Amino acid sequence: MQTDNAHLLDIRDLRVEGESDGQWSTLVDGVSLTLRRGEVLGLVGESGAGKSTLGLAALGYVRPGCRITGGQVIFDGRDLLSLPEDQRRPLRGHRISYVAQSAAASFNPAHSLMNQTIETAVQRHLMPATEARNAATQQFRRLSLPHPDSIGKRYPHQVSGGQLQRIMTAMAMHCGPDLIVFDEPTTALDVTTQVEVLASIREAVEARGTAAIYITHDLAVVAQMAHRIMVLRHGKLVEEGETQAMLDAPQQDYTRSLWAVREVQKTTLQAAEKPLLTIQGLNFSYGKAGPKALEGIDLTVPRGRTLAVVGESGSGKSTLGRVIAGLNVADSGQVTFDGQVLPRRIGQRDKDLMRRIQLVHQSADTALNPRHTVRELIARPLETFHRLRGSERERRVQELLEMIELGPRYADRLPSELSGGQKQRVNIARGLAAGPDLMICDEVTSALDQLVQEGILRMLLNLQAELQISYFFITHDISTVRAIADGIVVMHHGRIVEAGPRQDVLSPPHHPYTELLLGSAPQMRTDWLTDLLASRAASASAP
Amino acid sequence: MNALGRTILQRLALGLMSIVIVSVVVFSSLEFLPGDFASSVLGRSATPETVAAFRQELGLDLPAVQRYFHWIGGVLQGDLGNSFAGRAFTPRPVSEIVMPRLWNTLFLAGITAAIAIPVAVLLGLLAALYRNSRFDRLVNASTLSTIAMPEFLVAYMVILALAVKFPLFYAMSTLSPGMSFTERLGAVALPVLTLSLVIIAHMMRMTRAAIIGVLASPYIEMARLKGMAPWRIITRHALPNALGPIVNVIAFSLAYLVVGVVVIEVVFVYPGIGQTMVDAVRNRDIPVVQACALIFAATYIVLNLIADIIAIATNPRLLHAR
Repeated sequence: MQTDNAHLLDIRDLRVEGESDGQWSTLVDGVSLTLRRGEVLGLVGESGAGKSTLGLAALGYVRPGCRITGGQVIFDGRDLLSLPEDQRRPLRGHRISYVAQSAAASFNPAHSLMNQTIETAVQRHLMPATEARNAATQQFRRLSLPHPDSIGKRYPHQVSGGQLQRIMTAMAMHCGPDLIVFDEPTTALDVTTQVEVLASIREAVEARGTAAIYITHDLAVVAQMAHRIMVLRHGKLVEEGETQAMLDAPQQDYTRSLWAVREVQKTTLQAAEKPLLTIQGLNFSYGKAGPKALEGIDLTVPRGRTLAVVGESGSGKSTLGRVIAGLNVADSGQVTFDGQVLPRRIGQRDKDLMRRIQLVHQSADTALNPRHTVRELIARPLETFHRLRGSERERRVQELLEMIELGPRYADRLPSELSGGQKQRVNIARGLAAGPDLMICDEVTSALDQLVQEGILRMLLNLQAELQISYFFITHDISTVRAIADGIVVMHHGRIVEAGPRQDVLSPPHHPYTELLLGSAPQMRTDWLTDLLASRAASASAP
Repeated sequence: MNALGRTILQRLALGLMSIVIVSVVVFSSLEFLPGDFASSVLGRSATPETVAAFRQELGLDLPAVQRYFHWIGGVLQGDLGNSFAGRAFTPRPVSEIVMPRLWNTLFLAGITAAIAIPVAVLLGLLAALYRNSRFDRLVNASTLSTIAMPEFLVAYMVILALAVKFPLFYAMSTLSPGMSFTERLGAVALPVLTLSLVIIAHMMRMTRAAIIGVLASPYIEMARLKGMAPWRIITRHALPNALGPIVNVIAFSLAYLVVGVVVIEVVFVYPGIGQTMVDAVRNRDIPVVQACALIFAATYIVLNLIADIIAIATNPRLLHAR
């Protein structure tokens, strides 16, 4: 069957439904898209917009519990949806391949990386095993993986997340597909790693002229990767256009609101007079002989202000938060809280001290007991710390629900009946219920979409203005820091490399590591990645 | 040393310790049993002097701690002591009573395992592959009913069907010394069938559940998106990651085959170790009871140990340390 070469993929009026609790709801609602050979299309939207469902449909695949109720997915002239499964399956992994969001979870822990990379080629008899291995090694080299000749012998848990993501790209490209679906391939990575992976992916896709669908909620990322962008919301197409045009002049209000998120910025407050928390010469290591996780930490959190602690994963920022909370016990150094020296262990602190320092975890999914209602979750600290009972307690629960902008009707819901953002609000409300002076927020917005992030950041700012709480705000995201911080501490390998008021740290001259972090945060212009790579190459070759 | 070797050594040490503890428990619990072998054998009419002399002859007058170490010392050298049942003039070693019975039990267990384990795992894999199909439902319903039925009932139904209505096999599984291997196989056919029906159910259901549990993992979806065939996904991608629970239930079933088959032995009049122990308890033949209890405990511990080690060794995080 000879087909029109212009359109590699043609999705027409696709409808997908998903089932939950016996109810079918629409996930993708009549979306059409076309993709030419060698073209990269960005799919953008918040979670639940149907991006992944649409991306998987390009492989003629729906997740268990979902069904396609209408439309066509025409790949290279054939409608995948009307093909029998045994004709559809050979296309997957060979002509159309997929790169999943979490490479760590998407590689089988029981097999070596090489065997997984070449599996499709060998099973489909596309090439003999030796040739397949050589091709894979070349692919590893092209994606600038370290030790390309031997990395395939390793198992998924033996390599880092950024490397796994590149190996998964190598696996996707191994059979020379016509189309690759990238589903949030860098969302789980640090900004500094993200740059490397983005560069590798872009180079590999361009070199082979592979068409791609690039799914992400990060507009700045998609601006680097895609020729064209489609914005989805609630399973429907909002807007579509060339990348540059979409960035310069978005037509729809929703698109504009997505674009605007990154412009939130906290008004500069006067430096606070009194410190709430002071840390002097703090050291910490895991185990007696373990390497130092924190070394010589000195910092101050002023009353009613936010200190943002920035760094990539492994820099020790969460460990520092846990030391302040008393969950990790410092080896040496002194932590002073409101004029008194903090006992190192949480067990040595009295109830009032525990109440005044609250820790809010990154993942509300795991931090909230799934069998407790919102009321029970919020009421627990009210009972423990304030001995509130009955109607008094209920009144306070309602107040807290108002504060987190949810309202009383949410009190009887279980965490599973809330969205990600709502869960995080409840998580924060539980910390607030104790009535703390200091809240340690450990990456509380990192797992959320930008719009939801913004809502939560605004809420935290309002609460601070109202209640004079201090935040010890741990994050790896520079735009979040811009939005919420008064002071910034930059951490690297367990040390503070730079510290100061926000304006000072964010404006040059920077410490080299701060420079790297700031430079790695994607910006909303199409040539950001190109410029960055060029300037880094230039500075690397300079003497 | 690497993490895997260390973990395995740790498990071995733990297993050894458990066996020591069990030997103490076995010894002391029999110590606290009411009644006394000497007086029960000699009857009510025996004079206190005769009882005392008999106790001395058996060594029952020594302090318990001393007797424990004497007993355990003998066990370590392969000497399980003498049975109380034979008299002083013709002492019968416990091993002479227990060992042939143990071999019979192991023979029955071995044949059953050789048939039941592959069948159960295969059925489990197929049920997982065709989950919620008619095949899956049929297998599930039939295994559920063999689990629900008491094993002696299964045994009698098997006898009714294959020894009475269609007399293909003997209802009694008596073994005699001169039998050839095939004759022995024919003799144990019905108990093997009965036991298989009982243990296949557990193993098959666990295999199915463990595989289905793994099928929800992202790497299974990835395998599907790489165009792998369903059977390959089940065997190559899901099974290696579901081995832990499957090996555990297999070990448990094997232990049951050695330790828990006394009912089946009685129904088929099979000379296994379970019957021996029941008889010994009735006769207050303490050394035999001790030996059986120790063998049972060791079987459980060793099989679970093996299962643990397999589960650990198939975990790539331990097998291929960073």
